[in-house]
Amino acid sequence: MPDDARVDELAITVIGRDRPGIIADVAEVLAGLGMNLTDSTMTRLRGHFAMTLICTGAADASPSLEDVEAAIAPLTADGSLIATVSRVHPESAPEAPGGHYVLSVHGADRLGIVASVTRGLAEFGGNITDLTTRLSNSLYVLVAELDLPAGTDVDMVHERLSAVARALGVEVTLRPAETDVL
Amino acid sequence: MTGIVDWSIEDLGVAGVVRPVVRAPDPVLAAPGEPVDPNDPEILRLAADLVATMRVSPGCVGLAAPQIGVSAQVFAVDVTGHPKARTVHGTFVLCNARLVEASQWQKGREGCMSVPDLTGDVKRAGRVVVAGALPGKSETQFTTDGFEARALQHEIDHCTGLLFLDRVAGAHAIHTRKVYL
Repeated sequence: MPDDARVDELAITVIGRDRPGIIADVAEVLAGLGMNLTDSTMTRLRGHFAMTLICTGAADASPSLEDVEAAIAPLTADGSLIATVSRVHPESAPEAPGGHYVLSVHGADRLGIVASVTRGLAEFGGNITDLTTRLSNSLYVLVAELDLPAGTDVDMVHERLSAVARALGVEVTLRPAETDVL
Repeated sequence: MTGIVDWSIEDLGVAGVVRPVVRAPDPVLAAPGEPVDPNDPEILRLAADLVATMRVSPGCVGLAAPQIGVSAQVFAVDVTGHPKARTVHGTFVLCNARLVEASQWQKGREGCMSVPDLTGDVKRAGRVVVAGALPGKSETQFTTDGFEARALQHEIDHCTGLLFLDRVAGAHAIHTRKVYL
């Protein structure tokens, strides 16, 4: 698809020093272009505000990628925000017939905790759907939600993660996610 | 069997000393505590120290031995006056405590003196039967609910080397207590 073609799904990231009104500024620009803000996550990370979002336009009147970039440009002109706009192909959420789990890791901060733990999970086909890390003084905390493929030997995953955790000198807990529907 | 309502801090017969509170990632917080002899004079002193340290710590409703650097299955609890408390047994210390029954699970937000800058949403039983030994006395078993039940589960976890971080409900269930602005 050429760059100037009309688009129907865009991935947008915005990050910058936190201040009141960042979401309002970005959302107003998108609304002004007729773009619907669908799935998004927006949070503050050590004083930086980070937004990651997927937008869709009306099928018959979607702005082009360039239109969206041009509309957001004034927000980033003073250098306080960085924004990216990319075209993405609409995806339906993949089937996840296996088990849903929550992983907690905590311990003394050191290089490579996220890399080692997530590699250990990836070896079993574990798919992380949500992950948060926090550094609090010397304490590093990672909490992840993940899916394991049907038929996975969860004890083996646990053994593997425990070995990774021992090598890193951190604590690890893997437990089934609560899926109560009320 | 001595009832928990009959026990008081005076039964320890020793004055407690305020001890420094250990913070994660100190390894003592991740180690399962040793079972103790509830009549050992050293354990009575430990119990008194836990109560003394809990009482000088603002907002503290429970403190376990690993939190003052001692890997042992002893903790103090006192939820008196807490707005979320229903059943309240006042100040007490339990040794070798374990959950006998747990029901009425509900999610609630918890903090911990050993993880001072974070809180987490944790599912806990809203009604529990807990067994353990009162220091200087014999085995006891009692039922409680609400916030006291939550505090007991949090402290029993400390005694097995677990923090609330090991039980948070998901990736969006940990929260920063401080505002970084």
